[in-house]
Amino acid sequence: MIYLDNAATSWPKPEGVADAMVRFLRDVGANPGRSGHALANAAERVRLDAREAVAALFNLSDPFRIIFTAGATTAINLVLHGLLTPGSHVVTTGIEHNAVMRPLRALEARGVSVTVVPGRPDGSLEVTSIERCLTPATRLIVVNHASNVCGTVLPVREIGALAQARGIPLLVDAAQTAGVWPIALGADRIDLLAFSGHKGLLGPTGTGGLAISESFDIDRLPPLIQGGTGSRSEQEVQPDFLPDKYEAGTPNIVGLAGLVASVRYVLDRGVEAIRRHDHDLAARLIAGLKGIAGVQVYGTGNAARQVAVVSFNIAGRTCAEVASSLEQDFGVLCRPGLHCAPVAHRTLGTLPGGTIRFAPGLFTTSDEIHRAVDAVRRVAGVESHG
Amino acid sequence: MVEFVVILFHSTSHAIAAERAAKRAGLDVKLVPTPRELSSDCGSALRIAAVDRAACEEALKAAHVPIDRSEPLTD
Repeated sequence: MIYLDNAATSWPKPEGVADAMVRFLRDVGANPGRSGHALANAAERVRLDAREAVAALFNLSDPFRIIFTAGATTAINLVLHGLLTPGSHVVTTGIEHNAVMRPLRALEARGVSVTVVPGRPDGSLEVTSIERCLTPATRLIVVNHASNVCGTVLPVREIGALAQARGIPLLVDAAQTAGVWPIALGADRIDLLAFSGHKGLLGPTGTGGLAISESFDIDRLPPLIQGGTGSRSEQEVQPDFLPDKYEAGTPNIVGLAGLVASVRYVLDRGVEAIRRHDHDLAARLIAGLKGIAGVQVYGTGNAARQVAVVSFNIAGRTCAEVASSLEQDFGVLCRPGLHCAPVAHRTLGTLPGGTIRFAPGLFTTSDEIHRAVDAVRRVAGVESHG
Repeated sequence: MVEFVVILFHSTSHAIAAERAAKRAGLDVKLVPTPRELSSDCGSALRIAAVDRAACEEALKAAHVPIDRSEPLTD
């Protein structure tokens, strides 16, 4: 079996992730922040370990600027619903996931003005095309760091420089880049970064969060969810300090125990080294698929400008039948169709049929890429010559 | 007799981070229940020798741990 659905969730996880979760359930098990007994404190130390590991990954010195949520989607909703009010304007791009587009469309129905910068058909865009759309009412720029459909990476640092120069906060959806692409909040001038814990960070599902830059004033951002925090329990209003302001309710501490192990693994391997592996796999995939008659590959076609998320189609075949054949006849697991990103498919010209998406991961080998490409060649009806 | 102070926090996450930051700075600290005569948001406090108070507060500041306040510990 060849698992090429890492853009949905990474698998397998590093050795130690499952063990850390089992150990937590068996030996700690308590609710952090709710008491001062030994097990509650041990749970709080696990949560602090997770904050410190993720803060190190994004080059933040204050671990309390890492907020844990159920995932990137929740973190994105927190920012969009917090910063955008009726009458305000937001600029976004033509490669967004529905994690951004659906809350924006819901806000639009309540009077928020939304501009989608379409960009080029390969998913890339010029920073000047964002700049042209800014108005005095623009309250936020929100961009996908890398497309979950075609892998194209947007020039976040340049967009960050523009946003900073205009005094507009920048929210980056790093679901496809955290852990596989170097990110430094300060240097990249990212105010708010939504991350997934279970993709490139190699942790369990149900983890993720929001990284808040040290220059962003949290008084500007109200919480999305209010509730118990274990602090200021005599008050019926939400605490105004980090991290409690944004972390109401019992956290997914078992998931965070796994995330500690997975992010430490990523830090040990090094994001630069992981990026080299990711680039190598993307380059092999793009070259291999482009070499097959009748196969169209989407995106820039340049592995240096994308993450290892590669979409393609075989002329005259539906995605569903190709994916079914890849699994049944060759054991290749991938994702066909529309990848929760209709606006991105519109940009790429792949509505309504969608694409077949190959997303290798850190544990995918170049031999597996070779075999997957060969499987596509056979499904496409072209004789293998390798 | 050694004199102690307790450092009070707004939340347990801060108290736990404070304990870690102080220990990393080589300070001898202990996480204790907040004395009942001192009102605080958080049930846990950090006990430290009075002579180490300034060094501890500095270590916490460097580690971005917000503190509520520090109080002398009386028997």
